[in-house]
Amino acid sequence: MMPDLAMSLVFITYAIVVLLTFGGLLTWVERKQAAVMSDRIGANRAYIRIPFTNVKLIWLGLFHGMADGLKMLLKENFKPNAHDAVGYFLAPLVVFAPVLLVFAVVPFGGTMDPGRLVPSLASWFQGRTYPLQIARLDAGLLIVFAFSGVTIIGAMLAGWSSGNKFSLLGGLRAGSQMISYELVMGLTVMGLILIYGTVDLGTIVQQQSGVMLGVLPAWGVFMQPFAAFLFLTAAIAENKRIPFDLPEAESELVAGYYTEYSGMKMGLFMFAEFIQIAIVGALFTTLFLGGYNLPFMSDAGFSLPGGREIALSHGLVLVLQLVGFLAKVMLMCVVQIQIRWSLPRFRYDQMLTFAWKLLLPLSLLNLFATAVVMWLRSGGTT
Amino acid sequence: MSAPEERTKLPPVRPAPYARKQYWNEPTMTLWERAYLPEILRGLGITTGIFLRNMWRWISGRRGAVTSYYPEEKRADFAPRNRGKHILTQRPDGSPQCIACNMCATVCPAKVIEIEAGFDENDPAHPKYPIRFEIDYSRCVFCGLCIEACPEDAIRMEPDVPDLVSGDRYNMWLTMDEMLTWNPHKDVAKPYPPKPVPPVNGQSPTRGPGSSTH
Repeated sequence: MMPDLAMSLVFITYAIVVLLTFGGLLTWVERKQAAVMSDRIGANRAYIRIPFTNVKLIWLGLFHGMADGLKMLLKENFKPNAHDAVGYFLAPLVVFAPVLLVFAVVPFGGTMDPGRLVPSLASWFQGRTYPLQIARLDAGLLIVFAFSGVTIIGAMLAGWSSGNKFSLLGGLRAGSQMISYELVMGLTVMGLILIYGTVDLGTIVQQQSGVMLGVLPAWGVFMQPFAAFLFLTAAIAENKRIPFDLPEAESELVAGYYTEYSGMKMGLFMFAEFIQIAIVGALFTTLFLGGYNLPFMSDAGFSLPGGREIALSHGLVLVLQLVGFLAKVMLMCVVQIQIRWSLPRFRYDQMLTFAWKLLLPLSLLNLFATAVVMWLRSGGTT
Repeated sequence: MSAPEERTKLPPVRPAPYARKQYWNEPTMTLWERAYLPEILRGLGITTGIFLRNMWRWISGRRGAVTSYYPEEKRADFAPRNRGKHILTQRPDGSPQCIACNMCATVCPAKVIEIEAGFDENDPAHPKYPIRFEIDYSRCVFCGLCIEACPEDAIRMEPDVPDLVSGDRYNMWLTMDEMLTWNPHKDVAKPYPPKPVPPVNGQSPTRGPGSSTH
């Protein structure tokens, strides 16, 4: 009982630290990447002075995120007169909390055997092993969709309770957009569920450590390239970022559903958005990029396509898996930021047309084709 | 004359059905372009290419940006015709050539020049001189009218930028001392006659070739 509790606490701490670090770091990555893309230098003014010296640490502007956070904490907490007290207070929390909760079912490493890692604690753990995942639930993928559904309520609540027409319009747009793309996201993942036969994310990752067609790692992106593309599109739309940032379109709706929020409440919306970038990256990694495993790698070590096996020690495997997972998530975050700074915003009707007339039929087609192939491979019988 | 009741019998005006106007320069897109996705991917490719190029430049120790880190670095490519900083020309003894006539301050469209005049009885050729000559660079529009207005060729602009980086607008004033310490560029170097001998009491001020303003 006690070892389980201790390990759960360690995992939860790790997950929260990783997510908040990603949230803070991505503000910097977004600024710097946009600057480099457009031939600029980017934010590099904020610094920390070492006390009693004249040494200023700038570190490529890494402290701008900290300065932002401090600014938001110290700002006046302005509330509009017409706001609805309960909804206005709850909305940032309802947006922020599910984003953190989604990570509970995402496996960020293979199975860990603490007794082998630290032999002096082996008697305490009694040979128990722990998959690096906060909650190993059979309904993993469904939990993900359930929690991202809660975020919609937060956005709509914020739009309605602010007592502002711009906010209300933004909330309506957020509701219709996120429900539409949630559907597409769910249908694209159905193909994967057919292939893997489970919605448990840990099992899905383990099944991706094999080899496919002799050379390729059996990653979801190679099995379902089309679904991977649709999933990324729908996930960016779900995250309400450019080119799908209709709910907060600056040129039309001031700041959309969080127009009337100020200080750290507004900061929570922004922070939730940045953490959601990391979450989308983590989900994409888990479903399509082999999760925490490097190519051809499993908990025992590498098994290359030529039949060669390279055994690795337990500690090394764990480190490789943790670092590999973070590296893949970071890569996906960079891809999303690249998309955000490259594409123009859709018009509202185009955005909905895109979801219902293009992405939805395509994802249904993908699901149908996958189902037919799976049926044929299983012998073509009912 | 149509009676008002006749007007009301007119059939109600129906708005014409909406027809999108066709422009002469309507963009024509090929099927490939209308497929949307290939072009989106091409655009992403362009931005990614620029990102990787600039990133590689930064990593390999070169500059991957066209902008500069202003107060610390100055652009090297200012045009030779750039006139960004005022200077005050000087007499051979180093005193400003300005006679505090306020012509520049009068003509200045942004009203940024402030001159406080003083009286110097030891220099009868130019009894009026500026005690204070200041320019507010936060408002200056760099039009150069002060240079044209000056009857004494006392104020000029040179190809430079005023280094007035500050978080406070009250630090944006350029004082006379700063405007008098310029590097003698060729275009402002000018031969001057020697300083006149101070007049003996009771005599009239020197006229003719002996005067510094001859």
